[in-house]
Amino acid sequence: MSNPLNISPSPHIHGKESTEKLMYGVVLALMPALFASIYFFGTGAIIVTATSVISCISFEYLIQRFILRKPLSINDGSAIVTGLLLALNLPSNIPVPVIIIGSLVAIGVAKMTFGGLGNNPFNPALAGRVFMLISFPVQMTSWPVPSGFKTGYIDAVTGATPLSIIKEGIKNGESLSQLMEKVPSTANMIFGNMGGSIGEVSALALIIGMIYMLYQKIITWHIPVSIIGSIAVFTALLWLINPESNADPMFHILAGGVLLGAIFMATDYVTSPMSPVAMLIYGCGIGILTVIIRVWGAYPEGVSFAILIMNAFVPLMNTYIKPKRFGEEVKNG
Amino acid sequence: MLKTFPLGGIHPPEFKLTSGSPIKQLPLPQTVAIMVSQHIGAPASLLVNKGDSVKTGQLIASINGFVSSNIHSSVSGNISKIDTIIDTTGYRQTAVFIDVAGDEWVDTIDRSSELVRDINLKPEEITEKCRESGIVGLGGATFPSHVKLTVPTGKKCNLLIINGVECEPYLTSDHRLMLEKGEEILVGISILMKALGVEQAMIGIENNKSDAIAHLTRLSSDYKGITVYPLAVKYPQGAEKQLIKALINREVPSGRLPLDVGAVVHNVGTAYAVYEAVQKNKPLFERVVTITGKSVTNPGNYLVRTGTAVRHLIEAAGGMPDDTGKIVNGGPMMGKALNNTEVPVVKGTSGIILFPSDESIRPELKPCIRCAKCISACALNLEPYLLANLSARGLFERAEIEKITDCMECGSCSYTCPANRPLLDYIRLGKSTVIKMARQRNIK
Amino acid sequence: MSPTVVITIISLSILAVISAVILYFVAQRFKVYEDPRIDDVQAILPAANCGGCGFAGCRNFAEVLVSAETFDGLNCPVGGSTVMDAAAGILGKVPVKVDPLVAVLLCNGTPEFRPFTSVYDGVADCRIQHSLYIGETDCSYGCLGNGDCVRACQFEAMHMDPVTKLPVIIDDNCTACGACVKACPRKLIELRKKAKKDRKIYVACSNCDKGGPARKACKVACIACSKCFKVCEFDAIVIEKNLAYIDATKCTFCRKCVSECPTNSIIEINFPPKKPKIEVQAEAVSN
Repeated sequence: MSNPLNISPSPHIHGKESTEKLMYGVVLALMPALFASIYFFGTGAIIVTATSVISCISFEYLIQRFILRKPLSINDGSAIVTGLLLALNLPSNIPVPVIIIGSLVAIGVAKMTFGGLGNNPFNPALAGRVFMLISFPVQMTSWPVPSGFKTGYIDAVTGATPLSIIKEGIKNGESLSQLMEKVPSTANMIFGNMGGSIGEVSALALIIGMIYMLYQKIITWHIPVSIIGSIAVFTALLWLINPESNADPMFHILAGGVLLGAIFMATDYVTSPMSPVAMLIYGCGIGILTVIIRVWGAYPEGVSFAILIMNAFVPLMNTYIKPKRFGEEVKNG
Repeated sequence: MLKTFPLGGIHPPEFKLTSGSPIKQLPLPQTVAIMVSQHIGAPASLLVNKGDSVKTGQLIASINGFVSSNIHSSVSGNISKIDTIIDTTGYRQTAVFIDVAGDEWVDTIDRSSELVRDINLKPEEITEKCRESGIVGLGGATFPSHVKLTVPTGKKCNLLIINGVECEPYLTSDHRLMLEKGEEILVGISILMKALGVEQAMIGIENNKSDAIAHLTRLSSDYKGITVYPLAVKYPQGAEKQLIKALINREVPSGRLPLDVGAVVHNVGTAYAVYEAVQKNKPLFERVVTITGKSVTNPGNYLVRTGTAVRHLIEAAGGMPDDTGKIVNGGPMMGKALNNTEVPVVKGTSGIILFPSDESIRPELKPCIRCAKCISACALNLEPYLLANLSARGLFERAEIEKITDCMECGSCSYTCPANRPLLDYIRLGKSTVIKMARQRNIK
Repeated sequence: MSPTVVITIISLSILAVISAVILYFVAQRFKVYEDPRIDDVQAILPAANCGGCGFAGCRNFAEVLVSAETFDGLNCPVGGSTVMDAAAGILGKVPVKVDPLVAVLLCNGTPEFRPFTSVYDGVADCRIQHSLYIGETDCSYGCLGNGDCVRACQFEAMHMDPVTKLPVIIDDNCTACGACVKACPRKLIELRKKAKKDRKIYVACSNCDKGGPARKACKVACIACSKCFKVCEFDAIVIEKNLAYIDATKCTFCRKCVSECPTNSIIEINFPPKKPKIEVQAEAVSN
């Protein structure tokens, strides 16, 4: 015999899935949204995205190399996904130092302190984003108005997002029908011609990304559908009760970060539940919390907070919500 | 829409390289080592001594308890020694070593290839014949067949399911058997039906064996109550409970037997062995084994006597390729890696696969990303990530509550895991520990 | 004072009184009497909660000690006689003398003696490897070298030797808690009686195969040749299942078996250099 034989327990073959493939699949699915915002916001989007991705990778590398002294795993693509998602949640004119601080919080605090990939209870990108929103509220809420591709960065013309127009307007006693004239048309909202974060503006691009991820079986339908569905049902109820102070479901779904959150943020593997039933409950929780924050809360937008709050419930759901097992006998009565 | 089981399942690449190779008889080796334990249950008790001469088909070790099986000599010759040899369990076990001299069969065996269709034995006599002939489940589990044919009082069996799924990649022994011994298999099924007293039998065959489906469908019109059902290709459809779910849409309750839903499942190979035992009086001492692998020059299906060293099969297939890194006994999903080529073929050996060294090393381990792909791959809807974690951390009581003992070790979770986590390794550890714990509890 | 403040003060005070009353009765109702000596005994136990005594942690052991009639069969291997004497003092009972033990590895199959015949490519866990097959060598009884025992040890008394691929036991740290004994799927670790100067003589092999295959798998395997059995004058050696075993309670450390063993499977540890002394002894015997 030439060389000793390998012995390992079965199975002896392995599928083609790998962490890298899944992570780069997510990156690819985010590309349409990125290109859409480059089209609408110009170089600002490129600068923000590049800064965020590079600083996330660098922080992960530095922490693994010098603090944890663990084997490097920056090739798995998870830092790129975090960086991209963080960037897509930011306005395109945010100062570079703020992005770097946000990346440090996302990677250093939300991810690596818990042990790196797979152990973080909260979505790192969202944790970074919420940290920035609370620490730098002005920079984080001055949204550049889309004006075609241009090269300006910090000095971009800023305006309000559709959600803040509605929120401020209702607070000031304006009626909804007046306000609806100020917000972008549905067509503009679908294509992304409105104020907002880099990644959240173009509904169409995000949905293309979702279809790609569903086709590649990177995500399942449960979380996005339950989030969007519960938002639609909840806002439809509010709208039917009082159409004068509540916007219609279509507006709620297209405005703000609902699609970005439902498709890319809430479906983050590490911080979402494992079993399909738990995924549906998790999604509905996010949807309902989002609407509650939007309608009654202090912030015009609530997706990030809703996802982070539901993240905290994931371990509980994983423990108590079990899939129905094969051959499980149904208890009578 | 083809029938299949609804939950989980995977689609590993098939690599059925030998589906077109007719079954050939492997030349007799110089010596054989016949294990006295080739089945689930108690090892058979030896009847022969060193120096005895035996004939092909002679009983050399007899059944020892209800769940056990007779062992017959597969060759004629002299017993050179009774010693231990590393077998497919990975440990040294008792074996009878026989120096082959000629090939003289026991007189009672009908060696003609003529088809005998008339079934003359009564049901109890058929069960007794299977017991005598040492018939065990040839799908791989090697559970003694006479036990399955004995329906306990209070239970009712009304359906026989014949497993022709062969969902493991690479293996083709059942496929070839169905093509070449179709009539015999159908007679064997009729015998099993008579023994169980059932009117209906279903043969489940995966759709990637369309020639076998067509062949058996055509032949089965002559046999009363036997129908062939094509199934969608999905692993692990060959598992008893999954096959029952696919064919009659009933779930065998957790921890129970197929009989609890009125069905009994037998493999096509077993049906053929039953035919030979009952109609030809031939005990089980040879079986079809697939020898295959991507770099094997001459892969094929061979009729092999039990006790033949795996080395002879590899030689018949053109020798061991230089890049061989792993030899697997059985399918790539559930088979066992062998640590030498002297391991003898046993009743449960359905195939020998030689993996090139680059495919025989496990991919690099990465942290679990909680993608839940193991849950969606599990045909039993268990939570493999959780079970593996619990048993790695020694929390076996909780693993038991999470139904770790339901796991059938199909390996779909480890196959799917993008982080290459050894889920099944830990689940298997937990499962055996939990079974041990439960047994101790019962003693107390 | 405004009426609001008054109402608040009064209502909160009433609430506090009601809660206090409820708490008092609940505390009375669910009061559990515990022997105060349990706390005293627990305070002197090592608090390692290793389970070496056979009970679920030090608290449980303290309860058992307090309620026990005598100390027969009760011992804290970690604390040893010091702790047991102190506990006996608190409880007014007679301490039972228990010999201190130390763990030894009954395998000496280093790669030099026991060649590798296959490569294990699974999880580095002895239990998993043990349930899969005989291991990377041809010995189905020997150490698998994945270090389950080292992981089980709470006292930093074990580590894996990268050269020999066997665990090393540090006698000074070993408390004989028995965690490694339970962890080893091949039952290769034995707790033996401690001798003066940590001297040890034992058969460092667990192979129950016959001589031939055992020797083939490992050069230092016990082949059950009975030579040690014959040379021992103190009936300390028994041969069972193709394996010699030296009873540590009977062994007098005369070292005759060590030189007699043809495969060097009997190991002596912490003895002064061997050669000259044996000659002296041999002369003494011949005279």
